[in-house]
Amino acid sequence: MVPSTQKLIHTFGALADLGQEVANTGDFSEMVRTSMHLLLGTLALRRGAVVECNAETAPECIAVWGLDEQRLGQFEIREEEEVELLELQWPAFLIDKTESFFVHRHHSMLAGEGIELIVPMIVRNKLTGLVLLGGKASGEEFSKEDFDTVSAMVRHIGVGIHTHRLIEQVARRAEENRRLYEDLRAIYRDTVRAFAAAIDIKDKYTQGHSERVGRYSEIIAREMGWGEDEVEGIQIAGYLHDVGKLVVDRNIINAPYHIDAKLSSELNRHPAAGYEILAPINHPYADIPLMAKYHHERLDGRGYPDGLTDKQIPLGAKIVALADSFDAMTTDRPYRRRRSFEDVVRDLRQSSGTQFDGKVVVAFARAILKELLAEKKDRRIMKMLGKGYLDGQQVPTLLQDLIAELDAEQANVVGVSAE
Amino acid sequence: MDSSIGATVRSHCVGTTAVVYASDYLNKLTGEKIERECRRQLDSGCRALVIDFGDTHLVNSIGISILLGIIDVAEKSGAQIVFSDVNNQTVELFDMLGLTRHVALAKDEQEALSNISQLDPTPTLH
Repeated sequence: MVPSTQKLIHTFGALADLGQEVANTGDFSEMVRTSMHLLLGTLALRRGAVVECNAETAPECIAVWGLDEQRLGQFEIREEEEVELLELQWPAFLIDKTESFFVHRHHSMLAGEGIELIVPMIVRNKLTGLVLLGGKASGEEFSKEDFDTVSAMVRHIGVGIHTHRLIEQVARRAEENRRLYEDLRAIYRDTVRAFAAAIDIKDKYTQGHSERVGRYSEIIAREMGWGEDEVEGIQIAGYLHDVGKLVVDRNIINAPYHIDAKLSSELNRHPAAGYEILAPINHPYADIPLMAKYHHERLDGRGYPDGLTDKQIPLGAKIVALADSFDAMTTDRPYRRRRSFEDVVRDLRQSSGTQFDGKVVVAFARAILKELLAEKKDRRIMKMLGKGYLDGQQVPTLLQDLIAELDAEQANVVGVSAE
Repeated sequence: MDSSIGATVRSHCVGTTAVVYASDYLNKLTGEKIERECRRQLDSGCRALVIDFGDTHLVNSIGISILLGIIDVAEKSGAQIVFSDVNNQTVELFDMLGLTRHVALAKDEQEALSNISQLDPTPTLH
């Protein structure tokens, strides 16, 4: 019998809707449920279920309509039955007209639920599941056209389920990889911190210096609005900025007096040596070797190792340079006590534009001020500087003045450039 | 009194009969709203349902599946069900798929309401 035009239109419409539905990567359960409704509605069937077969778990009903889900959940598919379903490659079979071992074993339950037709979902030669159907509203038997329609639609649904599970698997693996990557980053950070501690041990007067420089650099970068990855990167650069000191004689590093020019020249090798050590390493963050290399460069070109000027110096290196100098000024050294905060602020003001980048100094001053004015919960800078160091009543004013003056200076520079 | 579910399903009660109006396109979204409304009306004590298709131009496969579900629910509740004002194309579809074996059709809502009391409960589906 030739199907009517109306029936063909109805079936094609359902196939088109089904194509859209199985391509939907959203809610999996909803996709299966809707697909099953499309299938049932195409032939006006009152009962249906989609049972997913998974190598690791028992068959599971993932969509049910007009059937007892609990009863359906009780059946199992034995290995030999799965092989049988795969080998026979029946697109669909009526439970009353099949020799299938699986059907024979479950016949009473299936018939009791009003299931008449079973359609295996086979994708890439694996049994993805079964679709169970029954109760044609017309009361007619399933025709050859019904078999063709149902098997075509079930192939679609099977591919949809298979694809969805693959996507889930990929997402799970991506998540696992992300966690592994996070773990690796944490291991890298911890290793770097341990390494920083090892660098500082060589210099008995500056223990904890690299760790503090890392933290100050991170705080400044964050204040300047850097992204989380870049902030982490500069923290690492801070930890490692003095790694080149490993190749400098311990006696020079630990000299309890101002060293002469020759020894100073030896000590000044450490940024370039640091670069040589760090460059071959594949760091998860950008420019760490360069930040270590240029942390003693100055805006006026009088720094080392390359005598770079303002725009030639990477911003990260400018941040590490300020963090490094700030820690040097605010910690005791063998030949001097640490300087007062007023003195430090004065130095920063005078050296902005020659040694330090004014924008970096302003960012650091703002970060300190926020801690002092309790705008930040954690007071990491104050903790690193120690109790009492920032207690003076004039400290916030000093910082506010510093910020205002440098901001004004920056505005003038911008104004002049614009003219 | 008229009530509506979401933006598309209107319904009202005439005695113990609920009249539910299907939208212009009976698909998953609107079909599920109609189904919920029919269940709600049956749960609140209605003994008969009229689903009016006066505005309905098209019913897709999901719509058919949902209508079969409503017929099932009505049957289980012992409620009568009538489809009214169904266009010719949809009547042909319902006929072809066998829905008309299980549900009565009426020319319009008035005819459906007057027929309701004369009808036996919804024929049992097998």
